[in-house]
Amino acid sequence: MTELVTLSIDGKQVTVPKGTLVVDAAKQAGIDIPVFCYHPKMEPAGMCRMCLVELGRPMIDRATGQPVLENGQPKIQWAPKLETACTNVVSDGMVVLTRSEKARAGQQEILEFLLTSHPLDCPVCDKGGECPLQNLTLDYGPGKSRFLYNEKHHAEKHVPLGELIWLDRERCIQCGRCVRFQRLVAGEPVLAFDERGRDTEIITNSEPAFDSIFSGNTTDICPVGALTTADFRFGARPWELKSAASLCAQCPVGCNITFNTRREAKSGGRVVIKRVMPRQNEEVNEIWICDKGRFAYHFTESEARLRQPLIRRNGQLQPASWEEALDLAAAKLKAAGKDALILAGGRLSNEDLFNLKKLADGLGAQSVLYTHVGGGDLVTQIGLASGTNLADLGKGDTILVAACDLYEEAPIWWLRVKQAADRGATLIVVNARATRLDKHAGYVVRYAPGDETVTLQGLLKQDKIGAAIREAGNLLVFYAADGLDLNGSTSVAAACANLLIETGHFGRPNNGLIGVWPHANDQGAWEIGFRPEADLAAALKGKTVYIAAADPAGDDPRLAKALQDAGTVIVQELFQTATASLAEVVLPAAAYTEREGTFTSGERRVQRYYPAVPRWAETKADYVITAEIGQRLGLDLEAGAPALVFNRLTAEITAFAGLSYRKLAEVRPQWPIVGRADLYYGGTTYENKQGLGVHLAAAASAGESPHLPEVRKGSGPRPQEDALLAVPVTKLYDLGVTVRSSVLLEARIGLPAITIHPLTAEKMGLKAGEKAMIGLGGHENEVLVKLDETIPAGVALVPRSMGLPVSAPAPLSVGKAK
Amino acid sequence: MSTFEPVLTRNTRRPDSEKIATYLANGGYQATRMALKMQPDEIIEMVKRSGLRGRGGAGFPAGVKWGFMPKDAPQKIVAVNTDEGEPGTFKDREIVERDPHSVIEGVIIAAYAVGANRAYVYIRGEFFLGVKRWIKAIADAYEHGFLGKDILGSGFNLDMSVHRGAGAYICGEETAMLESLEGKPGNPRLKPPYPAQTGLFGLPTLVHNIETLACIPHIIERGAEWFAGIGTAESKGPKIFSVSGHVNRPGNYELPLGVSLREIIYEHAGGIRNGRALKAVIPGGASTPMLPADQIDVPMAFETLKAIGSELGTGAVIVMDESTCMVQAARRLTKFFAHESCGQCTPCRLGSTRLYEILDRIERGQGKKGDLELLLETVQGIDGTTFCPMGAALVNPARSAIRHFRDEFESHLANKRCPVNGR
Ligand SMILES: Cc1cc2nc3c(=O)[nH]c(=O)nc-3n(C[C@H](O)[C@H](O)[C@H](O)COP(=O)(O)O)c2cc1C
Ligand code: SF4
Ligand code: SF4
Ligand code: FES
Repeated sequence: MTELVTLSIDGKQVTVPKGTLVVDAAKQAGIDIPVFCYHPKMEPAGMCRMCLVELGRPMIDRATGQPVLENGQPKIQWAPKLETACTNVVSDGMVVLTRSEKARAGQQEILEFLLTSHPLDCPVCDKGGECPLQNLTLDYGPGKSRFLYNEKHHAEKHVPLGELIWLDRERCIQCGRCVRFQRLVAGEPVLAFDERGRDTEIITNSEPAFDSIFSGNTTDICPVGALTTADFRFGARPWELKSAASLCAQCPVGCNITFNTRREAKSGGRVVIKRVMPRQNEEVNEIWICDKGRFAYHFTESEARLRQPLIRRNGQLQPASWEEALDLAAAKLKAAGKDALILAGGRLSNEDLFNLKKLADGLGAQSVLYTHVGGGDLVTQIGLASGTNLADLGKGDTILVAACDLYEEAPIWWLRVKQAADRGATLIVVNARATRLDKHAGYVVRYAPGDETVTLQGLLKQDKIGAAIREAGNLLVFYAADGLDLNGSTSVAAACANLLIETGHFGRPNNGLIGVWPHANDQGAWEIGFRPEADLAAALKGKTVYIAAADPAGDDPRLAKALQDAGTVIVQELFQTATASLAEVVLPAAAYTEREGTFTSGERRVQRYYPAVPRWAETKADYVITAEIGQRLGLDLEAGAPALVFNRLTAEITAFAGLSYRKLAEVRPQWPIVGRADLYYGGTTYENKQGLGVHLAAAASAGESPHLPEVRKGSGPRPQEDALLAVPVTKLYDLGVTVRSSVLLEARIGLPAITIHPLTAEKMGLKAGEKAMIGLGGHENEVLVKLDETIPAGVALVPRSMGLPVSAPAPLSVGKAK
Repeated sequence: MSTFEPVLTRNTRRPDSEKIATYLANGGYQATRMALKMQPDEIIEMVKRSGLRGRGGAGFPAGVKWGFMPKDAPQKIVAVNTDEGEPGTFKDREIVERDPHSVIEGVIIAAYAVGANRAYVYIRGEFFLGVKRWIKAIADAYEHGFLGKDILGSGFNLDMSVHRGAGAYICGEETAMLESLEGKPGNPRLKPPYPAQTGLFGLPTLVHNIETLACIPHIIERGAEWFAGIGTAESKGPKIFSVSGHVNRPGNYELPLGVSLREIIYEHAGGIRNGRALKAVIPGGASTPMLPADQIDVPMAFETLKAIGSELGTGAVIVMDESTCMVQAARRLTKFFAHESCGQCTPCRLGSTRLYEILDRIERGQGKKGDLELLLETVQGIDGTTFCPMGAALVNPARSAIRHFRDEFESHLANKRCPVNGR
């Protein structure tokens, strides 16, 4: 039981847990104490002095240890000076006055000082309208300044702190929130204060500048318009914006976001997305999002989007009506029957996938998930269940991260795992190379490529690591396919599942297996019954293939070849991808921003997203397209509201039983309190009014005992004597269809590059930053050379989705660039 | 006061006073030998009984601070404050340059008493000679077995090294000094926790000014009662007063606490230059409130100065004669503080600049009606709202100048010129 403390704030009796700060106690009681530097997600700094209050404690008689009474009431010993509410911890009988004359005078003084050196360029400031300084000045400031305007301080107004964030030095009030966020929350201390006194200014001390994938969050918590994103800067006024609740579709974390939209002339009168803001979900992303989520939304508005259905006529893809296209697709699928194959990507919603699965089942066709990470069937058994919250993990708990570069693959998980480690959880990182997580790990285990499975199997036999796993209060295991293909990742998943099952860490909250999927809804696809195909090229042979939200031909020349050799290809897509170019029928899909739906996150949380903008051109939602094809085949598929599709899904798929759109939209009070009236406190993060989502039931929690999966015997591919082994790795900013249309991210995406060991480079006469020609899978590509001494000799890291044909570990030849 | 025997400066006028040979020839390191044979608690008790209070400005009882150091912590530190940035103060400089071994002795004894095995000296970067002498003295102390392992066969170990500051006044504030020692920008830390709980690198740390430490060997050798016999009721022992400004003989004078300001100025510092009349005195360094000429009979002690609205501070006496414009004095002093604000907190960072601007325009004859009231309101807005004690310090020049010389400010405002120098 947490000990409680009762105090009085502005005459109101408030009871809060021991250790609570006065400022938070007040907030919990509905009393606002103005703050600038304090942020409820960070340790107090006491710097800005905005939260000044009068503070008294009961006087204690030294001799008796009892409170001194005066007229029967405890006598209060008032602090001689005003105190900062953000640095004082509550105590029993404490008396706090936040609006007394003295407190108000102090608060007013601080605001007046701040304003004497603030440009007051609110009319052109992006923060205007949602600015804590503006709002608090109205509520707590002086009506008029006693100081002279011409003594104002001037400073640089347009300072790029990197490609994504701009700093206006004149507007900065030196609250330090940004510096502290980077140090305390993001663990990337790339901002700092320089100079001193009135000259104090924010600088970035990293190369490249502001080298952090969480940088956008500083603009949410900056209490003034000093930090703005290159994306939204001078883009719109906050009050012109509408907001739509949504989810980030870039990775399996499932961060809750809000799209801010506006109808505008410069976009031809269309309603467009102006910015992406985090939306609070303390069990998922708290109040943060990563920069990929914030800046990589532009694909939905790309002019390159498909506008109308296309049909191949005389060898050319030509515009067609929906009727024609759907009829043709249906006819081809009908003719193929069980010789059809449905290939779906994890970008699709649960509803889309459900309809596709029903269509496949109706045809008796195979339904294949397009992915390079395996083991989702194990996650459905011993994955996470209701009650799980990464924020609960700490001392006594263990987190294992295997064959995964969490930082690049799922940034917010990286952040929350790091924070769990900061709180004392034991972090074990198992990988063939160093990743950014290593420095937060208690144990780092390296394996030679090929030994991933045996290494994982041997963990329990290691003294300390074995104990940390076996004796963990809670055990979470993240895995992916770093350096591996589908097969490698499937056996890693099996080995991880065995660790969890053998040590009894499944079937209860905060325990289980998490697949770090390449897409937002891969887990949903597994739950609905999609399975990847180990030899996709072979499986495609002679099939009529219906591909939705996947670009196998773009990713891998071998798959392109296989598709050329397949029967009819039907592609449902946002863009004219390489795969779509091979198709007989192209069906233009609506982006997820243009419709409603649900995703199942890697933590197996089903969450809703809502329409933000109108549908692009003639596009239709994926589930509608599939249903309309199905109807032509005489199948009863739902083409109405997504909620109706979802109802069918819940009736059929056990894990979803009991869920409904209404349930997914339920909210509970969350801490810290954020949103409109509390901007000054939590930042411009949106309050969650649209649903926190619900965990799927894990088979294991329902009492089903999981079977110990078989683990691949022997080792995976290893580097050979005289050839390099190319292994695929994931890069946060790549050329994926959802990323590449974001111009801002160009510099971060960079050119295709391979990473090799310095010794390997020396042998080949290559230097860091040089260009080289690589031969991979029968193709030649020019790449940059990067060096990393933590990777095994004989191995080359080759990024996925950067235009290099790397879907599995494979031999690679390197030569000098021409 | 003819019976008073200077001890802190007893060596400083000898030739080669900074050398260990000179120090040893004059009875040096005897106190260390004695102390290492005593029980640590005995020493703490002794320092408590002596009534020694900190000489760095705040005057906190040294023995009490030693008592705050946790007994059971495995690692503890002594941090030696030689930052001496307070304008008017130059006593520490004389000690390091001319008698560094007396401080080393003080550090060894303090470290032994509180159970610290590591000492860091923080020294003002501009004290080039001081840095050299500190380093040499420490090396010599190691060579003679006064530092390092098993000091004088006592089993007690102590290592000591020097760290140079980079020129910020605020780094003399103890927690800013700790930050700077850790290699970070010198911004004060939130208190609590106090350094004795969580100090340098998170370890319990005893911070002292070097004059405080220089008193320790004498207390050990001559006894707590001897020390407590010097001075006033609440201010014990000898003190070095740095006297500067419009006097005939500026310099450091070691005198018993409780000596009157008048005696310091007229007997020791040779009175006011050029036969002029005294106008005002800052008794304890730039951050202490100034006093008008008619208050100089005050005994220089913590309690007596406090009683008349000023402070003993570092005991740095800055003397201003009748030719001084008090608006100019306040402006110049305030400029110093505005320049030296660390910038961490709003009222100090911005309030100090605002104070300076108002003083500046009054002095330039461009003051406006209400500026005096605005000055006092601004002082009010800074004092008691800042993060560290710098706020309370920086308002003192302006506030005390107005308190004692209000007419001079009013005259500037009314006549747009200075009543003192006519400009
Ligand atoms: C703004 C400011 C500057 C200070 N500068 C110094 C200094 O230069 N030297 C010093 O010894 N103490 C200085 N102090 C006092 C220290 O914070 C601390 O009280 C002292 O070092 C403790 O030693 P003592 O107890 O021996 O006096 C300063 C305090 C403040 C608030
Ligand atoms: S840039 Fe913003 S968050 Fe950072 S210190 Fe300045 S005002 Fe605070
Ligand atoms: S009062 Fe504030 S700005 Fe001034 S020195 Fe102290 S912490 Fe820094
Ligand atoms: S000092 Fe409390 S909010 Fe800044």
